Amino acid sequence: MASPQVKGASIAELAEGVRARKWKARELVESYLDRIARLDGRLGCYLLVDGDGARRRADQVDATVAAGRDPGLLAGVPIGLKDIFVTRGLQTTAGSKILRGFVPPYESTVSARLAAAGAIALGKLNMDEFAMGSSNENSAFKPVRNPWDLERVPGGSSGGSAASVAASLCAGSLGTDTGGSIRQPASLCGVAGMKPTYGRVSRYGVIAFASSLDHPGPFGRTVEEVATLLEVIAGHDPCDATSIPSPVGRYRQACAAGLAGMRVGVPEEYFQAGMDPEVEAAVRGAIDEIARAGAKLVPVSLPHTQYAVATYYLVCTAEASSNLARYDGVRYGHRTAEASSLEELYSKTRGEGFGAEPKRRIILGTYVLRSGYYEAYYGKALRVRRKIADDFRAVFDKCDVLATPTSPTAAFKLGERQADPLQMYLADIYTVAPALAGVPALSQCCGFTKNHLPIGLQLIGPPLGEEAVFRIAGEYQRRTYWHKRLPEDPS
Amino acid sequence: MSVDRYEAVIGLEVHVHLASRSKIFSSSSTAFGKEPNSCTDPVCLGLPGALPVLNRAVVDAAVRLGLAVGSHIRPRCRFARKHYFYPDLPKGFQISQYEEPLCEGGAVEFRVAGEARRVRLTRIHLEDDAGKNIHDDSGVSFVDFNRAGVPLVEIVSEPDIRSAEEAAEYMRALRTLVRTLGISDGNMEEGSLRCDANVSLRLHGTEKLGTKAEMKNINSFKHVREAVEHEIRRQAAVLDRGEAVVQETRLWDPERGLSQSMRSKEHAHDYRYFPEPDLPPLAVDQDWIERAQRSLPELPENRYRRYTDALGLSAQDAGVLCSEREIADYFDVASKACAAPAKKLANWIINEVLARIDDPRRLAAVDLPVPPVALAELVDLVEKGTLSGKLGKDIFGRMWQEKRRAGEIVASESVAVVSDVGLIEEICKKIVAAYPDEVVRYRGGQSKLLGFFVGKVMKEMGGKANPKTANEILLRLLG
Amino acid sequence: MSRIQPDEVRTIAALARLRLSDAEIERMTHELDAILEYIDTVKNLDTGATEPMTHAVRFDCPLRQDEPKPSLSVEEALQNAPRRRDSFFEVPRIVPSTGEGG
Ligand SMILES: [Mg+2]
Ligand SMILES: [Zn+2]
Repeated sequence: MASPQVKGASIAELAEGVRARKWKARELVESYLDRIARLDGRLGCYLLVDGDGARRRADQVDATVAAGRDPGLLAGVPIGLKDIFVTRGLQTTAGSKILRGFVPPYESTVSARLAAAGAIALGKLNMDEFAMGSSNENSAFKPVRNPWDLERVPGGSSGGSAASVAASLCAGSLGTDTGGSIRQPASLCGVAGMKPTYGRVSRYGVIAFASSLDHPGPFGRTVEEVATLLEVIAGHDPCDATSIPSPVGRYRQACAAGLAGMRVGVPEEYFQAGMDPEVEAAVRGAIDEIARAGAKLVPVSLPHTQYAVATYYLVCTAEASSNLARYDGVRYGHRTAEASSLEELYSKTRGEGFGAEPKRRIILGTYVLRSGYYEAYYGKALRVRRKIADDFRAVFDKCDVLATPTSPTAAFKLGERQADPLQMYLADIYTVAPALAGVPALSQCCGFTKNHLPIGLQLIGPPLGEEAVFRIAGEYQRRTYWHKRLPEDPS
Repeated sequence: MSVDRYEAVIGLEVHVHLASRSKIFSSSSTAFGKEPNSCTDPVCLGLPGALPVLNRAVVDAAVRLGLAVGSHIRPRCRFARKHYFYPDLPKGFQISQYEEPLCEGGAVEFRVAGEARRVRLTRIHLEDDAGKNIHDDSGVSFVDFNRAGVPLVEIVSEPDIRSAEEAAEYMRALRTLVRTLGISDGNMEEGSLRCDANVSLRLHGTEKLGTKAEMKNINSFKHVREAVEHEIRRQAAVLDRGEAVVQETRLWDPERGLSQSMRSKEHAHDYRYFPEPDLPPLAVDQDWIERAQRSLPELPENRYRRYTDALGLSAQDAGVLCSEREIADYFDVASKACAAPAKKLANWIINEVLARIDDPRRLAAVDLPVPPVALAELVDLVEKGTLSGKLGKDIFGRMWQEKRRAGEIVASESVAVVSDVGLIEEICKKIVAAYPDEVVRYRGGQSKLLGFFVGKVMKEMGGKANPKTANEILLRLLG
Repeated sequence: MSRIQPDEVRTIAALARLRLSDAEIERMTHELDAILEYIDTVKNLDTGATEPMTHAVRFDCPLRQDEPKPSLSVEEALQNAPRRRDSFFEVPRIVPSTGEGG
């Protein structure tokens, strides 16, 4: 058997090799575990590596292949899970001290679907605490470093999910996107990542940050890999009342379907002051390439874009303050050592267990939901959210997909924006509106800065328009080579 | 007494467990009395990542309740999160309904001492129950989440109740109603029916509502009466002193028979309601409503009116029969099979059947010793004169003991009354001839001696003479 | 003019059962002040006739059949409990209070 070269390998070729008995799942797992052991000390992608479990499951896949049975679409493919997906018997922390030691007695729907398709979870990936952040510096345990420049952040909150794929510490991964937490780190790490339509991928077993905005989704080096993973994890789940019951699209096919006759909208609000000129140049270059490929460009407007960040922070903090109420030290997780009353049990447990960002959001969310303030803040935000969603509805009469930058800048330095939460929030400017509207959006690499930092192109589709997004993304990727660049392994 | 200067204005919030097999938002069992924390799942334990999925049977039960009390069923309603911190509340919020509840309006009709009363409802909404805190003296408390997620309806009344007794009767009427609908067992001991009471006073003849206090933790008819009575007296005393009633929540302590203020300075209540993002709005379409409407059984108030108006039962008898669905059902089945007047049948049920069971719900049991049709048969035998009243009662006792039918006992042991006029007349003549002195005294005016002759005839015939026939013949022979 | 004062942050922190140090209160007051100022921009937008958007999905609440499924075992339910006794979760002594919603 050939020894697999896992750095830069694609999900399709890894699975095909397992099915064709070119290599064993066990060998793939060992190769990735070896890379993790050598490199992750510098990168900080994993919060937990489940070597024994991964080996055991790889052996099962190999036994299935040996017995002549179908090992599944993702046969033996080593993947990573953001530590926000609960995994039965495997510690799950959501990047927070308040959940240290928590071992869930159940499995998230999507991680179970990946396993059923033959994928092998190597471990749990680092993230901003409770998915709150855009730099992964809010992890309670350690920061993640950007594989392209170890002094820089990978983006967040799915920083570990993006960086581990970029550094080939797994072949693909899952993250969650509430206001940009898949797309922005994908952009900063030079990989592809998609936030599908809200409700397209089940949230059951995904630790909630802001329930009406949480979107689980996949990361891959290429858009085909994202499409492949999405085909496996998407689809109706009776355990999630917001899960969409309609059938899953053919995303892999869409990647190769070409973009003949498609109209690509370019929203003016996404190309305004504040953007790094290198980012603007790369994104405009990508849009030109898409036009050269045969798509028709349509200038469009999303007039309520300027309200998106404020609206987003009202909605997400209100919901977060509610979702984080359950961390009280009674049933699981951290509990303060000394509590003489219930009052103390709660306030000390929560004061000790939560980091600065969750605290900030709990306070803001509690503030805006208080009686007497609800209408002025949360109620108002829900109405503005409708207007933002209506913007998207209207614009998709004129075009099939929107093309925008993902992030106004490439990866920034660790610590650079820690002191000013508002400035950090404003960096979500291009990703929050599609999250509020619940429409699908993908980020893929469309160039590099002079400092060799990746730049992301965001493609946004109408509700359940994932296939349209993949058609553009696939064709653009076919015509470019950005996705083939790999960061050097850290020494 | 000073209390008489005031009129009490009372509204109740009654919580009723709905009798589903699985929980309102998840699929673990609702069974009562199991090992602590043995009926849980990720949703009702509030584990990270768990999501609620609504139980159709629970919605259907609430829709039927709404229709039974004439509520408007909202075609679209919403769930909302209600936040507070307490160890038995696993998620840090209760999933309830706030601005757009399932049912709005309607009224509950019942009687207090025969007098018809009507209490309007504000709303009926769905929510999940919390777990159970167990307090003991060891300096710590314990939590069991088996009850967490058990479905509840909260029935909120308008402040239409005017006395403690009325409050208790209203709650009793609700219990009978939910049990008639089959949507709850209304079991007080298991906490299936609980209430909070909002009480305020105002001077008789005035309109303006006084400041109210909310009494919590009331879980029996007796307690609702005592708690409200106590609160009325407490507020009257406050007002008599010229002081103002403080708006507050008070905890009823049934053991000590008094209430305690639960005011805490640090945290004014602020539930921070907002629409539950994990559950889209609930739609109940016209089809569903019509199906539910068709499925409604005869309601207790309608039954009561049928018994008093059409069947001519006394208010008291109708009240007893309608107090539990199973009694009325038993009566109705027996009544259909029985030729005797309803009043007679009702007496048999009230005096004989109910005297032999402690829980009327047993009347629905399949192995009941005397099913309604068997009682009907017995009552008819008595009414036709085949059995004397006394014999009938004896036989009822044996039916209950031996689980046998009346006809069977009568046939196998020839205990039936002899109605052969010729045979009875023969015996009567023999007796009249045997006691000439008594005949003289009877004819001399001692008419109560008739009983003496009847007794002799009965004795001669082993108690089997039809007493009516014997009476008639003796009257003729002696007269 | 400040939109929020340290005492208000303290009140909210108590409502959210979150113990914050004086330094945290101080810092958070400043941060929240800036964030609230920014957030206030939404107040300028007229949303009079706009329905609130509470959900991103446009279908009605799905309903499940009333079928009980196996529970977690008592051990699974309690395996993460910071403190337990027998089959119970253990908490500090509860003095009956306004905690209960109902
Ligand atoms: Mg209430
Ligand atoms: Zn309630």
